[in-house]
Amino acid sequence: MSDMNTAMIEKYRNSFLSEVEANVEEGEWVKMCMQCGVCAGSCPLGNAWEHTPQKIFMMIRAGKRDEVLTSDSMWMCTSCYNCIVRCPRELPITHIMHGLAHYAKRLGIVPKGQPTATFAQLFWDNLMKKGRVNELKLGIDLYFKVGEGMKTALKNKDIGLAMWKAKRLNPMEFFGGHSIKDVSGLHKIIAKAQELEDARIAKHGG
Amino acid sequence: MAKREYSFYPGCSSQKGASSSNYLVSVQTMCEELDIQLNEIPDWNCCSASIGYAGGGELPRLALSARNIALSEEHNPGQEIVATCAACWLATRETQERLQHDQGLLAETNTALAEAGLKLKNETPIKHMAEVLIEDIGYDAIGAKVKKPLEGIKIAGYVGCQTNRPFGIHGESYENPKYLDKLVETLGADSIPAYEKKVQCCGGALAFSEPEKSQEMIKGIIEAAYDHGADMIVTPCPVCQMNVEVYQDQINATFGTKFKMPVVYYSTLMSVAYGRSAADSALNGQVIPAKQLEEIAAK
Repeated sequence: MSDMNTAMIEKYRNSFLSEVEANVEEGEWVKMCMQCGVCAGSCPLGNAWEHTPQKIFMMIRAGKRDEVLTSDSMWMCTSCYNCIVRCPRELPITHIMHGLAHYAKRLGIVPKGQPTATFAQLFWDNLMKKGRVNELKLGIDLYFKVGEGMKTALKNKDIGLAMWKAKRLNPMEFFGGHSIKDVSGLHKIIAKAQELEDARIAKHGG
Repeated sequence: MAKREYSFYPGCSSQKGASSSNYLVSVQTMCEELDIQLNEIPDWNCCSASIGYAGGGELPRLALSARNIALSEEHNPGQEIVATCAACWLATRETQERLQHDQGLLAETNTALAEAGLKLKNETPIKHMAEVLIEDIGYDAIGAKVKKPLEGIKIAGYVGCQTNRPFGIHGESYENPKYLDKLVETLGADSIPAYEKKVQCCGGALAFSEPEKSQEMIKGIIEAAYDHGADMIVTPCPVCQMNVEVYQDQINATFGTKFKMPVVYYSTLMSVAYGRSAADSALNGQVIPAKQLEEIAAK
Protein backbone atom coordinates (compact mmCIF):
# COMPACT_ATOMS: atom_id res chain seq x y z
CA MET A 1 0.00 0.00 0.00
CA SER A 2 2.93 2.39 -0.36
CA ASP A 3 1.19 3.92 -3.43
CA MET A 4 -1.66 4.84 -1.16
CA ASN A 5 0.77 6.33 1.33
CA THR A 6 2.29 8.50 -1.42
CA ALA A 7 -1.16 9.55 -2.62
CA MET A 8 -2.17 10.58 0.88
CA ILE A 9 1.02 12.58 1.43
CA GLU A 10 0.34 14.40 -1.83
CA LYS A 11 -3.31 15.09 -1.07
CA TYR A 12 -2.86 16.27 2.50
CA ARG A 13 0.49 17.96 1.96
CA ASN A 14 -0.37 20.88 4.17
CA SER A 15 -2.40 19.31 6.90
CA PHE A 16 -1.89 16.01 8.62
CA LEU A 17 -4.76 16.99 10.95
CA SER A 18 -7.14 17.09 7.97
CA GLU A 19 -5.84 13.71 6.83
CA VAL A 20 -6.51 12.23 10.26
CA GLU A 21 -9.94 13.81 10.47
CA ALA A 22 -10.92 12.39 7.10
CA ASN A 23 -9.36 8.95 7.34
CA VAL A 24 -8.95 7.87 10.96
CA GLU A 25 -11.81 6.44 13.01
CA GLU A 26 -13.01 9.20 15.39
CA GLY A 27 -10.20 11.40 14.03
CA GLU A 28 -12.42 14.47 14.04
CA TRP A 29 -11.97 14.57 17.81
CA VAL A 30 -8.21 15.23 17.70
CA LYS A 31 -8.53 19.00 17.65
CA MET A 32 -10.58 18.89 20.86
CA CYS A 33 -7.55 17.79 22.93
CA MET A 34 -6.57 20.47 25.45
CA GLN A 35 -3.18 18.93 26.30
CA CYS A 36 -3.90 18.32 29.97
CA GLY A 37 -1.99 15.03 29.99
CA VAL A 38 -4.50 13.03 32.02
CA CYS A 39 -4.48 10.32 29.32
CA ALA A 40 -0.70 10.03 29.49
CA GLY A 41 -0.80 9.71 33.27
CA SER A 42 -3.68 7.23 33.18
CA CYS A 43 -2.27 4.76 30.67
CA PRO A 44 -1.24 1.47 32.31
CA LEU A 45 1.52 1.04 29.73
CA GLY A 46 2.30 4.75 29.58
CA ASN A 47 5.97 4.10 30.25
CA ALA A 48 6.15 1.90 27.15
CA TRP A 49 4.82 4.50 24.73
CA GLU A 50 7.34 6.36 22.63
CA HIS A 51 4.73 9.13 22.39
CA THR A 52 1.78 9.23 24.82
CA PRO A 53 -1.71 9.99 23.44
CA GLN A 54 -1.35 13.59 24.61
CA LYS A 55 1.83 13.95 22.56
CA ILE A 56 0.34 12.14 19.58
CA PHE A 57 -2.55 14.62 19.47
CA MET A 58 -0.15 17.56 19.49
CA MET A 59 2.12 15.89 16.93
CA ILE A 60 -0.84 15.40 14.61
CA ARG A 61 -1.64 19.09 14.84
CA ALA A 62 2.03 19.95 14.28
CA GLY A 63 2.04 17.87 11.09
CA LYS A 64 4.47 15.20 12.32
CA ARG A 65 3.00 12.63 9.97
CA ASP A 66 5.81 10.08 9.73
CA GLU A 67 6.67 10.27 13.41
CA VAL A 68 3.07 9.49 14.36
CA LEU A 69 2.10 6.88 11.80
CA THR A 70 5.34 4.88 11.88
CA SER A 71 5.48 4.97 15.67
CA ASP A 72 4.63 1.83 17.61
CA SER A 73 3.00 3.93 20.34
CA MET A 74 -0.65 3.34 19.50
CA TRP A 75 0.04 -0.41 19.31
CA MET A 76 0.72 -0.24 23.07
CA CYS A 77 -2.96 0.46 23.78
CA THR A 78 -4.41 -2.32 25.96
CA SER A 79 -7.98 -1.06 25.46
CA CYS A 80 -8.40 -0.45 29.18
CA TYR A 81 -10.49 2.70 28.56
CA ASN A 82 -8.93 4.59 31.47
CA CYS A 83 -8.12 7.54 29.20
CA ILE A 84 -11.65 7.63 27.77
CA VAL A 85 -13.43 7.87 31.09
CA ARG A 86 -10.98 10.39 32.53
CA CYS A 87 -10.58 12.76 29.56
CA PRO A 88 -12.16 16.09 30.61
CA ARG A 89 -13.06 16.77 26.98
CA GLU A 90 -14.48 13.29 26.44
CA LEU A 91 -12.26 12.37 23.51
CA PRO A 92 -12.72 8.69 22.57
CA ILE A 93 -8.96 8.24 22.93
CA THR A 94 -8.92 4.43 22.86
CA HIS A 95 -10.81 4.44 19.57
CA ILE A 96 -8.57 7.12 18.07
CA MET A 97 -5.50 5.01 18.96
CA HIS A 98 -7.09 1.97 17.33
CA GLY A 99 -8.01 4.15 14.37
CA LEU A 100 -4.46 5.46 13.97
CA ALA A 101 -3.10 1.93 14.25
CA HIS A 102 -5.52 0.71 11.59
CA TYR A 103 -4.72 3.64 9.30
CA ALA A 104 -0.98 2.98 9.59
CA LYS A 105 -1.68 -0.67 8.80
CA ARG A 106 -3.74 0.29 5.76
CA LEU A 107 -0.94 2.51 4.52
CA GLY A 108 1.57 -0.30 5.04
CA ILE A 109 3.87 1.71 7.31
CA VAL A 110 3.66 -0.18 10.61
CA PRO A 111 7.10 -0.89 12.14
CA LYS A 112 8.21 -4.30 10.93
CA GLY A 113 7.62 -7.09 13.43
CA GLN A 114 5.55 -4.95 15.81
CA PRO A 115 4.15 -7.78 17.97
CA THR A 116 0.69 -6.37 18.71
CA ALA A 117 0.19 -5.38 15.06
CA THR A 118 1.09 -8.94 14.05
CA PHE A 119 -1.08 -10.51 16.74
CA ALA A 120 -4.04 -8.24 15.99
CA GLN A 121 -3.90 -9.22 12.31
CA LEU A 122 -3.65 -12.92 13.21
CA PHE A 123 -6.69 -12.53 15.48
CA TRP A 124 -8.73 -10.96 12.67
CA ASP A 125 -7.67 -13.57 10.10
CA ASN A 126 -8.41 -16.35 12.61
CA LEU A 127 -11.95 -15.22 13.43
CA MET A 128 -12.74 -14.52 9.77
CA LYS A 129 -12.13 -18.14 8.75
CA LYS A 130 -15.10 -19.62 10.62
CA GLY A 131 -16.76 -16.69 12.33
CA ARG A 132 -15.39 -17.67 15.73
CA VAL A 133 -11.92 -17.61 17.22
CA ASN A 134 -9.98 -20.86 17.20
CA GLU A 135 -7.87 -20.40 20.32
CA LEU A 136 -5.56 -23.34 19.64
CA LYS A 137 -4.58 -22.12 16.17
CA LEU A 138 -4.27 -18.57 17.44
CA GLY A 139 -1.91 -19.80 20.15
CA ILE A 140 0.25 -21.71 17.67
CA ASP A 141 0.35 -18.70 15.32
CA LEU A 142 1.25 -16.53 18.29
CA TYR A 143 4.27 -18.64 19.20
CA PHE A 144 5.57 -18.98 15.67
CA LYS A 145 4.70 -15.62 14.08
CA VAL A 146 4.91 -13.24 17.04
CA GLY A 147 7.18 -15.12 19.43
CA GLU A 148 10.37 -17.02 18.78
CA GLY A 149 8.82 -20.23 17.50
CA MET A 150 9.70 -23.40 19.40
CA LYS A 151 11.47 -21.44 22.12
CA THR A 152 8.26 -19.54 22.93
CA ALA A 153 6.14 -22.67 22.49
CA LEU A 154 8.34 -24.55 24.97
CA LYS A 155 8.31 -21.65 27.40
CA ASN A 156 4.51 -21.79 27.42
CA LYS A 157 4.05 -25.56 27.25
CA ASP A 158 3.22 -25.86 30.96
CA ILE A 159 0.44 -23.31 30.59
CA GLY A 160 -0.96 -25.21 27.62
CA LEU A 161 -0.81 -28.45 29.55
CA ALA A 162 -2.52 -26.93 32.60
CA MET A 163 -5.24 -25.43 30.41
CA TRP A 164 -5.74 -28.78 28.69
CA LYS A 165 -6.05 -30.55 32.05
CA ALA A 166 -8.65 -27.95 33.12
CA LYS A 167 -10.49 -28.65 29.82
CA ARG A 168 -9.88 -25.09 28.70
CA LEU A 169 -7.74 -26.00 25.70
CA ASN A 170 -8.69 -28.64 23.18
CA PRO A 171 -6.00 -30.11 20.89
CA MET A 172 -8.77 -31.31 18.55
CA GLU A 173 -9.46 -27.68 17.63
CA PHE A 174 -6.53 -28.14 15.27
CA PHE A 175 -8.78 -30.23 13.05
CA GLY A 176 -11.60 -27.87 12.23
CA GLY A 177 -12.89 -26.56 15.50
CA HIS A 178 -15.80 -24.30 16.39
CA SER A 179 -17.59 -22.54 13.56
CA ILE A 180 -20.73 -20.58 12.83
CA LYS A 181 -23.15 -22.23 10.39
CA ASP A 182 -23.56 -19.35 7.97
CA VAL A 183 -19.89 -18.71 7.24
CA SER A 184 -20.62 -17.68 3.66
CA GLY A 185 -23.28 -15.20 4.85
CA LEU A 186 -20.79 -13.66 7.27
CA HIS A 187 -18.16 -13.43 4.53
CA LYS A 188 -20.64 -11.67 2.27
CA ILE A 189 -21.51 -9.18 5.01
CA ILE A 190 -17.86 -8.39 5.73
CA ALA A 191 -16.98 -8.17 2.02
CA LYS A 192 -19.78 -5.66 1.49
CA ALA A 193 -18.77 -3.68 4.59
CA GLN A 194 -15.19 -3.59 3.31
CA GLU A 195 -16.37 -2.49 -0.12
CA LEU A 196 -18.42 0.37 1.35
CA GLU A 197 -15.54 1.43 3.59
CA ASP A 198 -13.06 1.29 0.70
CA ALA A 199 -15.39 3.48 -1.37
CA ARG A 200 -15.50 6.06 1.40
CA ILE A 201 -11.71 5.99 1.73
CA ALA A 202 -11.26 6.35 -2.04
CA LYS A 203 -13.46 9.43 -1.94
CA HIS A 204 -11.23 11.02 0.71
CA GLY A 205 -8.02 9.91 -0.93
CA GLY A 206 -9.01 10.56 -4.55
CA MET B 1 -40.45 -15.98 41.07
CA ALA B 2 -41.24 -15.58 37.41
CA LYS B 3 -38.62 -16.89 35.09
CA ARG B 4 -36.48 -14.15 33.54
CA GLU B 5 -35.41 -14.66 29.95
CA TYR B 6 -32.51 -13.06 28.14
CA SER B 7 -31.00 -13.37 24.69
CA PHE B 8 -27.56 -14.77 25.46
CA TYR B 9 -24.28 -13.94 23.72
CA PRO B 10 -21.74 -16.37 25.24
CA GLY B 11 -18.71 -15.50 23.11
CA CYS B 12 -15.83 -17.53 21.65
CA SER B 13 -13.86 -18.14 24.82
CA SER B 14 -16.86 -19.77 26.54
CA GLN B 15 -17.21 -22.57 23.99
CA LYS B 16 -16.50 -26.19 24.87
CA GLY B 17 -12.79 -26.71 25.30
CA ALA B 18 -12.05 -22.97 25.17
CA SER B 19 -10.28 -20.80 27.72
CA SER B 20 -13.34 -19.70 29.71
CA SER B 21 -15.53 -22.78 29.24
CA ASN B 22 -15.49 -23.00 33.04
CA TYR B 23 -17.11 -19.55 33.21
CA LEU B 24 -20.04 -20.75 31.11
CA VAL B 25 -20.55 -23.87 33.25
CA SER B 26 -20.76 -21.84 36.45
CA VAL B 27 -22.96 -19.18 34.82
CA GLN B 28 -25.41 -21.87 33.75
CA THR B 29 -25.49 -23.24 37.30
CA MET B 30 -25.93 -19.77 38.79
CA CYS B 31 -28.77 -19.00 36.36
CA GLU B 32 -30.57 -22.25 37.19
CA GLU B 33 -30.55 -21.23 40.83
CA LEU B 34 -31.75 -17.69 40.08
CA ASP B 35 -34.43 -18.89 37.67
CA ILE B 36 -32.84 -17.10 34.72
CA GLN B 37 -33.27 -18.61 31.27
CA LEU B 38 -30.55 -17.83 28.75
CA ASN B 39 -31.61 -18.20 25.11
CA GLU B 40 -28.45 -18.34 23.02
CA ILE B 41 -28.39 -16.07 19.97
CA PRO B 42 -28.50 -18.59 17.10
CA ASP B 43 -25.29 -18.70 15.06
CA TRP B 44 -23.65 -15.76 16.88
CA ASN B 45 -20.18 -14.77 15.66
CA CYS B 46 -17.00 -13.34 17.20
CA CYS B 47 -17.14 -9.62 18.01
CA SER B 48 -13.38 -9.20 17.27
CA ALA B 49 -12.94 -8.02 20.87
CA SER B 50 -10.67 -5.00 21.21
CA ILE B 51 -7.92 -6.42 19.05
CA GLY B 52 -9.61 -6.73 15.65
CA TYR B 53 -8.58 -3.26 14.57
CA ALA B 54 -5.42 -4.15 12.66
CA GLY B 55 -7.22 -6.30 10.12
CA GLY B 56 -10.71 -4.89 10.45
CA GLY B 57 -11.65 -1.31 9.70
CA GLU B 58 -14.50 0.49 11.41
CA LEU B 59 -17.39 -0.77 9.28
CA PRO B 60 -16.33 -4.44 9.05
CA ARG B 61 -15.88 -4.50 12.83
CA LEU B 62 -19.24 -2.84 13.46
CA ALA B 63 -20.83 -5.31 11.04
CA LEU B 64 -19.66 -8.24 13.18
CA SER B 65 -21.53 -7.09 16.28
CA ALA B 66 -24.41 -5.76 14.19
CA ARG B 67 -24.95 -9.28 12.82
CA ASN B 68 -25.28 -10.60 16.38
CA ILE B 69 -27.73 -7.89 17.42
CA ALA B 70 -29.77 -8.44 14.24
CA LEU B 71 -29.87 -12.22 14.82
CA SER B 72 -31.00 -11.61 18.39
CA GLU B 73 -33.72 -9.21 17.29
CA GLU B 74 -34.94 -11.71 14.72
CA HIS B 75 -34.84 -14.91 16.79
CA ASN B 76 -35.18 -13.68 20.39
CA PRO B 77 -37.43 -10.63 19.91
CA GLY B 78 -38.17 -8.51 22.93
CA GLN B 79 -35.37 -10.07 24.98
CA GLU B 80 -32.50 -8.00 26.27
CA ILE B 81 -29.09 -9.22 25.13
CA VAL B 82 -26.80 -10.37 27.92
CA ALA B 83 -23.11 -11.14 27.56
CA THR B 84 -20.85 -12.75 30.14
CA CYS B 85 -17.59 -11.72 28.48
CA ALA B 86 -16.48 -8.14 29.08
CA ALA B 87 -15.10 -7.72 25.56
CA CYS B 88 -18.23 -9.20 23.95
CA TRP B 89 -20.43 -6.86 25.95
CA LEU B 90 -18.24 -3.86 25.22
CA ALA B 91 -17.98 -4.48 21.47
CA THR B 92 -21.70 -5.13 21.11
CA ARG B 93 -22.75 -2.11 23.14
CA GLU B 94 -20.20 0.14 21.44
CA THR B 95 -21.54 -0.92 18.07
CA GLN B 96 -25.07 -0.16 19.14
CA GLU B 97 -24.16 3.32 20.36
CA ARG B 98 -21.99 4.17 17.35
CA LEU B 99 -24.80 3.19 15.00
CA GLN B 100 -27.38 5.09 17.03
CA HIS B 101 -25.29 8.24 16.70
CA ASP B 102 -24.33 7.88 13.05
CA GLN B 103 -27.19 7.28 10.64
CA GLY B 104 -24.81 7.06 7.69
CA LEU B 105 -22.90 4.18 9.28
CA LEU B 106 -26.19 2.52 10.25
CA ALA B 107 -27.37 2.65 6.64
CA GLU B 108 -24.07 1.17 5.43
CA THR B 109 -24.22 -1.53 8.10
CA ASN B 110 -27.69 -2.51 7.00
CA THR B 111 -26.58 -2.62 3.37
CA ALA B 112 -23.87 -5.08 4.45
CA LEU B 113 -26.23 -7.15 6.62
CA ALA B 114 -28.71 -7.40 3.75
CA GLU B 115 -26.15 -9.57 1.95
CA ALA B 116 -27.16 -12.34 4.38
CA GLY B 117 -30.83 -11.35 4.61
CA LEU B 118 -30.48 -9.58 7.96
CA LYS B 119 -31.71 -6.22 9.19
CA LEU B 120 -30.68 -4.29 12.27
CA LYS B 121 -33.31 -2.42 14.23
CA ASN B 122 -30.75 -1.64 16.91
CA GLU B 123 -33.27 -1.20 19.71
CA THR B 124 -32.30 -4.04 22.05
CA PRO B 125 -30.68 -3.18 25.40
CA ILE B 126 -27.29 -4.88 25.79
CA LYS B 127 -26.23 -5.90 29.29
CA HIS B 128 -23.36 -7.55 31.05
CA MET B 129 -24.34 -10.41 33.36
CA ALA B 130 -23.11 -8.31 36.29
CA GLU B 131 -25.80 -5.74 35.41
CA VAL B 132 -28.42 -8.47 35.32
CA LEU B 133 -27.38 -9.63 38.79
CA ILE B 134 -27.10 -6.24 40.42
CA GLU B 135 -29.77 -4.22 38.63
CA ASP B 136 -32.37 -6.83 37.67
CA ILE B 137 -32.01 -9.41 40.47
CA GLY B 138 -30.55 -7.35 43.31
CA TYR B 139 -28.37 -8.19 46.32
CA ASP B 140 -31.29 -9.23 48.51
CA ALA B 141 -32.54 -11.85 46.06
CA ILE B 142 -28.97 -13.01 45.42
CA GLY B 143 -28.37 -13.38 49.15
CA ALA B 144 -31.67 -15.14 49.78
CA LYS B 145 -30.49 -18.14 47.75
CA VAL B 146 -27.29 -18.68 49.73
CA LYS B 147 -27.25 -22.13 51.34
CA LYS B 148 -23.57 -22.35 52.23
CA PRO B 149 -22.14 -18.95 53.17
CA LEU B 150 -18.51 -18.62 52.13
CA GLU B 151 -17.49 -17.93 55.71
CA GLY B 152 -13.89 -17.23 56.57
CA ILE B 153 -12.72 -16.71 52.97
CA LYS B 154 -11.14 -13.37 52.16
CA ILE B 155 -11.65 -12.39 48.54
CA ALA B 156 -10.14 -9.54 46.53
CA GLY B 157 -12.70 -8.19 44.06
CA TYR B 158 -10.82 -7.59 40.82
CA VAL B 159 -13.21 -5.74 38.52
CA GLY B 160 -10.63 -5.10 35.80
CA CYS B 161 -11.13 -2.77 32.86
CA GLN B 162 -13.81 -3.56 30.37
CA THR B 163 -16.60 -4.58 32.75
CA ASN B 164 -16.01 -1.20 34.36
CA ARG B 165 -15.09 1.20 31.57
CA PRO B 166 -16.42 2.94 29.57
CA PHE B 167 -19.92 1.73 30.50
CA GLY B 168 -19.71 0.07 33.89
CA ILE B 169 -22.53 -0.69 36.27
CA HIS B 170 -25.13 2.01 36.87
CA GLY B 171 -24.40 4.06 39.99
CA GLU B 172 -20.84 2.72 40.39
CA SER B 173 -17.72 4.83 39.93
CA TYR B 174 -15.00 4.03 37.39
CA GLU B 175 -12.25 4.53 39.93
CA ASN B 176 -13.65 2.62 42.88
CA PRO B 177 -16.52 0.32 41.93
CA LYS B 178 -17.92 -1.51 44.93
CA TYR B 179 -20.39 -4.00 43.48
CA LEU B 180 -18.01 -6.94 43.47
CA ASP B 181 -17.16 -6.32 47.14
CA LYS B 182 -20.88 -6.12 47.96
CA LEU B 183 -21.46 -9.37 46.10
CA VAL B 184 -18.63 -11.06 48.03
CA GLU B 185 -20.20 -9.91 51.30
CA THR B 186 -23.66 -11.03 50.15
CA LEU B 187 -22.26 -14.54 49.69
CA GLY B 188 -20.91 -14.55 53.24
CA ALA B 189 -17.23 -14.06 52.43
CA ASP B 190 -14.97 -11.18 53.50
CA SER B 191 -14.35 -8.46 50.91
CA ILE B 192 -11.39 -6.12 50.58
CA PRO B 193 -12.91 -2.71 49.74
CA ALA B 194 -9.47 -1.04 49.81
CA TYR B 195 -7.94 -3.44 47.26
CA GLU B 196 -6.11 -0.80 45.28
CA LYS B 197 -5.63 -2.88 42.12
CA LYS B 198 -9.34 -3.54 41.62
CA VAL B 199 -9.45 -1.65 38.30
CA GLN B 200 -5.82 -2.12 37.21
CA CYS B 201 -5.33 -3.34 33.64
CA CYS B 202 -3.95 -6.90 33.24
CA GLY B 203 -2.70 -6.19 29.72
CA GLY B 204 -5.73 -7.69 27.99
CA ALA B 205 -4.76 -9.05 24.58
CA LEU B 206 -1.29 -7.60 25.01
CA ALA B 207 -0.57 -10.40 27.51
CA PHE B 208 0.00 -12.39 24.30
CA SER B 209 1.94 -9.85 22.25
CA GLU B 210 3.78 -8.00 25.05
CA PRO B 211 4.10 -10.67 27.75
CA GLU B 212 6.86 -9.00 29.80
CA LYS B 213 5.04 -5.66 30.06
CA SER B 214 1.74 -7.35 30.87
CA GLN B 215 3.14 -9.75 33.45
CA GLU B 216 4.63 -6.84 35.34
CA MET B 217 1.10 -5.43 35.68
CA ILE B 218 -0.34 -8.82 36.59
CA LYS B 219 2.30 -9.17 39.30
CA GLY B 220 1.03 -5.97 40.91
CA ILE B 221 -2.57 -7.23 40.84
CA ILE B 222 -1.65 -10.46 42.64
CA GLU B 223 0.84 -8.88 45.03
CA ALA B 224 -1.70 -6.35 46.28
CA ALA B 225 -4.19 -9.17 46.90
CA TYR B 226 -1.59 -10.99 49.02
CA ASP B 227 -0.75 -7.76 50.86
CA HIS B 228 -4.39 -7.51 51.93
CA GLY B 229 -4.41 -11.13 53.11
CA ALA B 230 -6.64 -12.37 50.31
CA ASP B 231 -7.23 -16.11 49.91
CA MET B 232 -8.37 -15.68 46.33
CA ILE B 233 -9.28 -13.17 43.65
CA VAL B 234 -12.70 -12.93 42.02
CA THR B 235 -13.36 -11.33 38.63
CA PRO B 236 -16.19 -10.88 36.13
CA CYS B 237 -13.95 -10.96 33.03
CA PRO B 238 -12.61 -13.99 31.09
CA VAL B 239 -9.43 -12.22 29.98
CA CYS B 240 -8.72 -10.95 33.51
CA GLN B 241 -9.33 -14.43 34.91
CA MET B 242 -6.98 -16.15 32.50
CA ASN B 243 -4.25 -13.52 32.55
CA VAL B 244 -4.13 -13.29 36.33
CA GLU B 245 -4.37 -17.05 36.90
CA VAL B 246 -2.23 -18.82 34.31
CA TYR B 247 0.99 -16.78 34.22
CA GLN B 248 1.77 -17.05 37.93
CA ASP B 249 4.53 -19.65 37.41
CA GLN B 250 6.22 -17.46 34.79
CA ILE B 251 5.89 -14.41 37.05
CA ASN B 252 7.40 -16.42 39.91
CA ALA B 253 10.32 -17.41 37.69
CA THR B 254 10.91 -13.81 36.57
CA PHE B 255 10.43 -11.99 39.86
CA GLY B 256 11.30 -14.64 42.44
CA THR B 257 7.80 -14.49 43.92
CA LYS B 258 5.89 -17.50 45.23
CA PHE B 259 2.42 -16.72 43.96
CA LYS B 260 -0.25 -19.38 43.98
CA MET B 261 -3.39 -17.30 44.13
CA PRO B 262 -6.64 -18.85 42.88
CA VAL B 263 -8.61 -16.58 40.53
CA VAL B 264 -12.30 -17.42 40.21
CA TYR B 265 -15.41 -16.04 38.56
CA TYR B 266 -18.26 -14.50 40.58
CA SER B 267 -20.45 -17.24 39.11
CA THR B 268 -18.18 -19.88 40.65
CA LEU B 269 -18.50 -18.25 44.07
CA MET B 270 -22.27 -18.04 43.68
CA SER B 271 -22.66 -21.65 42.53
CA VAL B 272 -20.69 -22.89 45.55
CA ALA B 273 -22.59 -20.63 47.94
CA TYR B 274 -25.85 -21.89 46.44
CA GLY B 275 -24.88 -25.39 47.50
CA ARG B 276 -23.99 -26.79 44.11
CA SER B 277 -21.28 -29.38 43.46
CA ALA B 278 -17.65 -28.66 42.57
CA ALA B 279 -18.35 -29.83 39.01
CA ASP B 280 -21.46 -27.62 38.62
CA SER B 281 -19.41 -24.71 39.97
CA ALA B 282 -16.63 -25.52 37.46
CA LEU B 283 -13.99 -25.78 40.18
CA ASN B 284 -12.31 -28.41 38.01
CA GLY B 285 -11.66 -25.60 35.53
CA GLN B 286 -9.18 -23.91 37.85
CA VAL B 287 -5.52 -24.02 36.85
CA ILE B 288 -4.74 -22.97 40.43
CA PRO B 289 -7.25 -24.90 42.56
CA ALA B 290 -9.54 -22.97 44.88
CA LYS B 291 -9.24 -25.44 47.76
CA GLN B 292 -11.43 -23.54 50.24
CA LEU B 293 -14.28 -23.54 47.73
CA GLU B 294 -13.72 -27.25 47.03
CA GLU B 295 -14.05 -27.95 50.75
CA ILE B 296 -17.32 -26.03 51.01
CA ALA B 297 -18.69 -27.71 47.88
CA ALA B 298 -17.79 -31.15 49.32
CA LYS B 299 -19.65 -30.54 52.62
